[in-house]
Amino acid sequence: MAQSPATERAPDTMAARVLACASCHGAEGEGTSDVYFPRLAGKPAGYLYNQLVAFRDARRKYPPMNYLLDFLPDPYLKQMAEHFASLRPPFPPPAIPDVSKEILARGEAIATHGDPQRGIPACASCHGPTFSGMEPAIPGLLGLRASYVSAQLGGWRYGTRTATAPDCMQIVAGLLTEDDVKAVAAFLSSRPAPSDPSFAPRGSLPMPLACGSQPN
Amino acid sequence: MPRTLKHLLAALAASALLTGATPRAAVAQQPAQASAAVVAKGEYLARAGDCIACHTAREGKIFAGGLPMKTPFGTLYTSNITPDPQTGIGMWTSDQFFQMMHNGRFPDGGLVYPAMPFASYTKVTREDSDAIYAYLRSIPPVKQRNREHDLKFPFNNRSLILGWRTLFFKEGEFKSDPTKSADWNRGAYLVEGLGHCGMCHTAINALGGSSESQAFEGGLIPMQNWYAPSLTSNKEAGLGDWTIEEITDYLTKGVSSRGAVYGPMAEVVYNSLQYLNDGDARAMAIYLKSLAQGTSPDKSAAPLPSAESSLLLSLGKPIYDRECASCHGAVGLGMPPHYPPLAGNQSIQMGSAVNAIRMVLNGGYPPGTAGNPMPYGMPPFAHRLSDDEVAAVVTYIRTSWGNRGGPVSARQANELRAATLN
Repeated sequence: MAQSPATERAPDTMAARVLACASCHGAEGEGTSDVYFPRLAGKPAGYLYNQLVAFRDARRKYPPMNYLLDFLPDPYLKQMAEHFASLRPPFPPPAIPDVSKEILARGEAIATHGDPQRGIPACASCHGPTFSGMEPAIPGLLGLRASYVSAQLGGWRYGTRTATAPDCMQIVAGLLTEDDVKAVAAFLSSRPAPSDPSFAPRGSLPMPLACGSQPN
Repeated sequence: MPRTLKHLLAALAASALLTGATPRAAVAQQPAQASAAVVAKGEYLARAGDCIACHTAREGKIFAGGLPMKTPFGTLYTSNITPDPQTGIGMWTSDQFFQMMHNGRFPDGGLVYPAMPFASYTKVTREDSDAIYAYLRSIPPVKQRNREHDLKFPFNNRSLILGWRTLFFKEGEFKSDPTKSADWNRGAYLVEGLGHCGMCHTAINALGGSSESQAFEGGLIPMQNWYAPSLTSNKEAGLGDWTIEEITDYLTKGVSSRGAVYGPMAEVVYNSLQYLNDGDARAMAIYLKSLAQGTSPDKSAAPLPSAESSLLLSLGKPIYDRECASCHGAVGLGMPPHYPPLAGNQSIQMGSAVNAIRMVLNGGYPPGTAGNPMPYGMPPFAHRLSDDEVAAVVTYIRTSWGNRGGPVSARQANELRAATLN
């Protein structure tokens, strides 16, 4: 039976409500071809919620995001976060590294073992051995482009991206050199999709640093 | 972001209370604690006046001020209106508070920059001013010194405000029109007074003033690059052919079957209008509907399109079909209220195409309100469409399905890419 288009209603789903996000992050939060727009899908809801609140309140600055979220209340941001956290779209094919084998190996060493002499913890120590994150608020690091990862680490080094104190990432990023950042970003973006993309349960990893976003 | 800019209009703007030289004698005159009912009424009225939008900074303490307001004359910083005795208004009497609201003067007689909408608030009754005063005395005091304004010469000379006042300020409480209904008068009182709708919906001139003869005729909001449409012309946001329910939905929920709020109006609904009770929302709607003059947008044919605009049109349709039609429908009917109709939508056909272009570039969410807690958002297209494509699709939307707007150029689209987002 034909329905009058004027009486048709927007679908009562989260997917329809967050179409505004799709043009940059993909319909299922899988990311798009733009290297600076991150994958959202499957990151822990607490992490996504913290970012949504930080963008809304302009503590994390990116004008298009600050503008979109300006007048959205906390409970709705929580629902948006839970929506994207629950999605499991396929990962993009791993990037073909545009750095030397040595740099890639350096990135792998920092990501998996850290650099104890310089006090740099391994990414894996908090973000998980498969880099899939940990509940409630530590994000997965795969499915992101090298440009995005290095831009975020750069933002933390220079203080333009911050998180709730104690801001562990600010400390970690402050210990990294530009070459370290480049190496880590190249390594992470070249990783294949994890066989199990689920984030680790809360408290399952012994974290080397106190983290305001992830109180234990 | 919108709230910073909303008021900048007045060109000059709120003022500093830099001195803190409140007369000591004032303390003795403080009234006894106001009743809970008066405080509650004051809170309601403070929301109707949207005090929070300017007097609370991002992530700042409520009503502690410090929000930067960029104006064509420099940056103003809003003031602390918490009851802290040193840095807020804790030493003020209700008389002094009324003098500020009603006459735009500080307790020491100093002139307030007219970004503080005292030209509207002057219409507020003494009783309502006292209730707001009682409410502001009941909130937690915050010790936060006001920041000095950063105004360019010669606007940093406060005595210039005298000239502005002579030209644009008329002191006086709202006077009811006995020929109109009680609802109409209540609506007029709210719209012209606490609501200070005219601050954006009346064009302001180079002196940062607005003339009474052009009240509610619309204008571009300086610095923000959003167009505040006319409330008197049905060709713009005149509500003459809207139902009362459509208007109250729009004002209090942020969405209606005729369109959704966006841009600076989203802030007003979020912080202020959604809290109106049903009676006041209805009164405002009745008054606003009555402001509209003339008929619906005229249906006469648009001027013949030039070669350029017909090219834009032919480019625009495939873009529309690909990017817009899944929500707004093949012929622009939308799926109201969440996917607004574009056919017949006044806000798309206005003489100024600024808002339509910006919606395509920036997208947007209506505010999350009690009546619409999970709004649907429009995606931004700035990164997906070229200037030519934006011009083409906006031209197509403004001129199709009976819409009578004019074509827009790629240059207009390009200029608005740089518009401030927040």
